[in-house]
Amino acid sequence: MPKMISFILSLSIVLLLSCDDNNARVSHGKKHIIIIAGSTSVMPFIEKLSEHFMVDRPGFRVNVQGGGSTAGIQACFNKTIEIGMSSRQLKQEEKVLNDIIICYDGISVVVHPKNPIRELTLEQIRGVFNGQIKNWRELGWIDRKIDAITREEGSGTRGSFEDLIMKNEEINDGIMVQDSNGSVKEIVATDPYAIAYISLGLVDNRVRALSIDGVSANLENIKTKKYKIVRPFLFITNGKPNEITQTFIDYVLSIDGQNILKKEGLVGIK
Amino acid sequence: MKRINFTKEHFVKYVLTIFALSSLLFLFLIFIFILFEGLPLFHKIGLKNIIFGFKWAPTKGSFGIFPMIVSSFLVTLGALFVGAPMGLSCAIYLSEYSGKKMKMFLKPALELLAGIPSVVYGFLGVVYIVPFVRNYFGGAGFSLLSTSIILGVMILPTIISISFDAITSVPKTYREGSFAMGATKWQTIYKVVIPSAKSGILASFILGMGRAIGETMAVIMVAGNALKIPTSILDPLRTLTSNIALELAYATGDHRLGLFSTGVVLLVIIMILNYIANFGIKKKVIR
Repeated sequence: MPKMISFILSLSIVLLLSCDDNNARVSHGKKHIIIIAGSTSVMPFIEKLSEHFMVDRPGFRVNVQGGGSTAGIQACFNKTIEIGMSSRQLKQEEKVLNDIIICYDGISVVVHPKNPIRELTLEQIRGVFNGQIKNWRELGWIDRKIDAITREEGSGTRGSFEDLIMKNEEINDGIMVQDSNGSVKEIVATDPYAIAYISLGLVDNRVRALSIDGVSANLENIKTKKYKIVRPFLFITNGKPNEITQTFIDYVLSIDGQNILKKEGLVGIK
Repeated sequence: MKRINFTKEHFVKYVLTIFALSSLLFLFLIFIFILFEGLPLFHKIGLKNIIFGFKWAPTKGSFGIFPMIVSSFLVTLGALFVGAPMGLSCAIYLSEYSGKKMKMFLKPALELLAGIPSVVYGFLGVVYIVPFVRNYFGGAGFSLLSTSIILGVMILPTIISISFDAITSVPKTYREGSFAMGATKWQTIYKVVIPSAKSGILASFILGMGRAIGETMAVIMVAGNALKIPTSILDPLRTLTSNIALELAYATGDHRLGLFSTGVVLLVIIMILNYIANFGIKKKVIR
């Protein structure tokens, strides 16, 4: 019986090992594989794009992974991936890498759909996140503590939010922190007294995006530059991308690719 | 024939020795690795500024983790507050009151409780406990209270199994002596059995603390992760472990080193707790 168990164990280990990606590369020798990793804000859109890309081109396989903007850029440095995704600008010491703007994304301030507030000023939002405004009454609603949520230190979305909204003020320490757009949205969708900021592309009917300084957060206003809280989504490559990688980048920048991004709630480069 | 057996015996012995020592090697490597990555920042920023600093803004050069140390201990004490009475009662029931059938049913159930992945606890916390706290107690629901409840349940198996062992290892003669003096069952448990098993029970609490302080996933999901020291049980808070897990993905340079420093502090705290627990258990065994 123990022999049987060890046989099954070793068999399963062999099976597991053969699932490894490198082996897959060998066995599908004819397929071109592109590995993309980085920002979790960009990831869902690139996954969509890669699906469309692969349907039309069966010879390609695009592997999209998360990890965060910084991790993606790091991996690009080490050449372990072909393309990095970033939702923040490259820092000075990262400038040796190439960056390609693939689209623009608005950051929207969101509340629960039951919240009657439709509009805040930039000043008020800053007040909520730097800790000066703590109660919904100060914003013209009921007497209840505001449950504000921010992203973790180092996140691309947080970096852009600090640059575009907080200016030189710090986000207060008493504010809750979550580590992805998804969990932030989940809290806002379930807590009627929550307020937070997420990527505009991820706003759906479970949360409501607020107008800022009288400008509502929608694609039209981003295109006409009325809505100011906008950041670029970047592709990062180390040196000149190879032919296979370039095919994917060209597809993302093509009219087809850009149309898909627009449909998903982002703003194209043209 | 004999000789073949002999060499085989030796072979097995050596293989087992190597595997046994490899666990020591892993521990050693982890130590070296964490210290190697974490200590340079202590040198650069200063031990005092890290351990007693109130401000954590690693991208702006502040690495204070004092609020997280306090929060870690707060959730741990909260977990004990929830888990210890329940766990101890369960252990007493199991060893003194329950019949064989009930034991056969309860023990595997407890083992199953220990085997449930922490992300499942966290998920249940987010879906049920957080809204419950928000609706009935106030605040955002992501709070010290919710975290304590979740962790209290998570440390139950540790507390129950170790204090159960401690209580059952109290010699039968103690109980018989007590009964002979005319004591009732509860008097015997309360005055004789528990005091004799005291060190083992304390050890179970401390190991439970170790489990609570090291828990990460469930805590991230329900604690709210705010950086301030909580002023009420309804405030959100961030523990040492969740600090590392939250920020690791995006951290570079000094920020990354700062997270390793957090790890060093955590390692030291867990070492101290384990040392205390082992000391308690040893005392019991010697006696």
